[in-house]
Amino acid sequence: MGNSAVQIEDLWKQYRLGVIGHGALYRDLQSWWARKRGKEDPNTPVGFRQADPVAGGDRFWALREIGLEIGHGETVGIIGKNGAGKSTLLKVLSRVTAPTRGEVRLNGRIASLLEVGTGFHPELTGRENIYLNGAILGMRKDEISRKFDEIVDFSGVATFIDTPVKRYSSGMYVRLAFAVAAHLEPEILLVDEVLAVGDAEFQKKCLGKMGDVAREGRTVLFVSHNMAAVRNLCARSILLEDGRVTTDGPSEDTVNQYLRTKTVERAVADEAEIEARMEGVILRNNPHVRFVSIGLYDNKGQARKSFYSDEPILIRTAFRCLLPVLNLRIMVELTDDQDNRLMLTQQTDTAGLTEACGMLEPGFYEAICTIPPHLFGSKSFFITVHLECPKTEHLMAPKILGFDVKFQGYNGSHSLNPYYFRPQLAWKFHNLSEKGGIDHAE
Amino acid sequence: MIDSCHDTSAATQAIKKHHSTLIRPKTGWFDIHLAELWNYRDLVFLFVRRDFVSAYKQTILGPLWYLIQPVLTTIVFTVVFGKIAKIPTDGIPPFLFYMAGYIAWAYFAECLTMTANTFVANSGIFGKVYFPRLVVPLATVLTNLMKFSVQFCLFLAFYAYFLLTGASVHPTIWIAVLPILILEMALLGMGFGIVISSLTTRYRDLAFLVAFGVQLWMYATPVVYPLSQIPAKYHIFFIINPMTAVVETFRAAFLGSGGVNATFMAVSWMITLLVLFVGIVLFSRIEKTFMDTV
Repeated sequence: MGNSAVQIEDLWKQYRLGVIGHGALYRDLQSWWARKRGKEDPNTPVGFRQADPVAGGDRFWALREIGLEIGHGETVGIIGKNGAGKSTLLKVLSRVTAPTRGEVRLNGRIASLLEVGTGFHPELTGRENIYLNGAILGMRKDEISRKFDEIVDFSGVATFIDTPVKRYSSGMYVRLAFAVAAHLEPEILLVDEVLAVGDAEFQKKCLGKMGDVAREGRTVLFVSHNMAAVRNLCARSILLEDGRVTTDGPSEDTVNQYLRTKTVERAVADEAEIEARMEGVILRNNPHVRFVSIGLYDNKGQARKSFYSDEPILIRTAFRCLLPVLNLRIMVELTDDQDNRLMLTQQTDTAGLTEACGMLEPGFYEAICTIPPHLFGSKSFFITVHLECPKTEHLMAPKILGFDVKFQGYNGSHSLNPYYFRPQLAWKFHNLSEKGGIDHAE
Repeated sequence: MIDSCHDTSAATQAIKKHHSTLIRPKTGWFDIHLAELWNYRDLVFLFVRRDFVSAYKQTILGPLWYLIQPVLTTIVFTVVFGKIAKIPTDGIPPFLFYMAGYIAWAYFAECLTMTANTFVANSGIFGKVYFPRLVVPLATVLTNLMKFSVQFCLFLAFYAYFLLTGASVHPTIWIAVLPILILEMALLGMGFGIVISSLTTRYRDLAFLVAFGVQLWMYATPVVYPLSQIPAKYHIFFIINPMTAVVETFRAAFLGSGGVNATFMAVSWMITLLVLFVGIVLFSRIEKTFMDTV
């Protein structure tokens, strides 16, 4: 121990999949009876019997042989797709759940911020909730009293401090909650995407506070999807894929590696590639709709990844309906490399397509979205495609493809253009001097 | 899973302020860290405060409900079991008899049903922050203790009235063991509660059982009838019910009738401690991984 703040050795975490319903008791008894007679447990996952414990049966490994050493004062970003094990890692580190194997040594007082406002009670006043939340996060009462004024100042809700928090706006609620967390002063701080809440100004304040914490020489582990924040705050980043650490190094390299693994290299993604990149929250093996391919084309039907701003871009989504599907919506979302959402378009925007997709028989279909020329500046874009059947399922291929646009300029001017959008809009110009001065009341 | 490292090397002494935490898979059955609870004593009291303050917000009568509940229940018991069923009460005014039995039982029952919910009701907090999970059942028991105190004062008021009007009740030396009785009710309710809460993380069925199981249990305990009405050959069933001794002794202390012998008391305490022990062991084991199953 000694020098490092966090020492993780061969850490594994297994989860049991599926609903534990009736039958769980039966299986438990079955397992118990088998062990009792010295026989092999019939419910042991296949992998457990072999030397290499891979996922099997209804269990899977959320973390596999994680070994990390994080020094005092380091700020480390943890990135990866949904379901890669980021949150599980933080949960194990913050002791919310125990690992299956391996061990972690934490040297220093630890605080975890997996959520802001944990344990806030709507009926209690802001003041009462500061104490309650502070104590839940591990502060002593006198410690909270000492920092109370500071917390209230930081939150900016001083006027409402004796009002029940259920009367707060959601912004005030979050600000108060973050203010408590920000004054924890632990030696090791675990943060999970709490910055995803609140308005832009507040997010900036949170990031600033985290930067302060890092500069004060404390250790911060930061899980985020916000690549810009990771790049700014963390010198070092770790990429998790399927529960394993696949990249560990300077943030710039790790973030680039992550963006590469996330997006399909070619201009067309096939079914296997899409399935592999679908998000964990969305049903992968849904019974209704499957992606077949997603591709980017120019107006000659050529698959391409880079376009000039004066040509249209066609996004073709092919999919298969396995069962009759009602009211299907197809959406294409445009983001930048930092996951900022730039634009959304959906097929029902076009007249008549709502009805056309009202009732789809099983079969193959294709939806083509044309992005008109003269819209983008010189930037890189990523597309996310959603297939949504209201109330039944929602498929999402996040950042499945990326493309670059080179701005061609208008009327012969070729200025370098750093904007996402550089559309050709209607301008008018009048010379008002002949009317005898500026007439605002025109 | 958590060990404070008591390394005696000089280097560690130098940074003694640094506390070190070791996270490991659950090991063995006796991986219990009660000492840690002490560090979180403030949280226990803040939870008590929260529960107390929030319980009757937006109600007109507020904490008066603490009083209405036992009074109404006692009246119903008096009418149903006293007047209609005509169950004898050892010559004690039925109102006092039922009230004494009910408030003692209610404290135990509420501790049990509320702690039985611990993991499921708090999974939101438990899933995000670590603190010793036993904090929550402890807070529940203390919150209910406040409620019990209020109800007990109400009982004392009625008791004083009956004493002054010359009813056939008299306090006995057993009043001295009142704190022990209250402690036993609390420990027993919490013990059963944490056993059930530990098991409900996997088998939710138990949650349904608890609600009416506790009601049935009340009728198996001398709450609405005195133990003296039970033929001696059935006493074995009452000895193994730890609440028998508690309720009977509580009534004997204030009303001067009934009461139990040393065997009842001893068995009752043995069961209480056993249940509490099993509860803490189970709870400590479950608290580490329940987030994966709940």
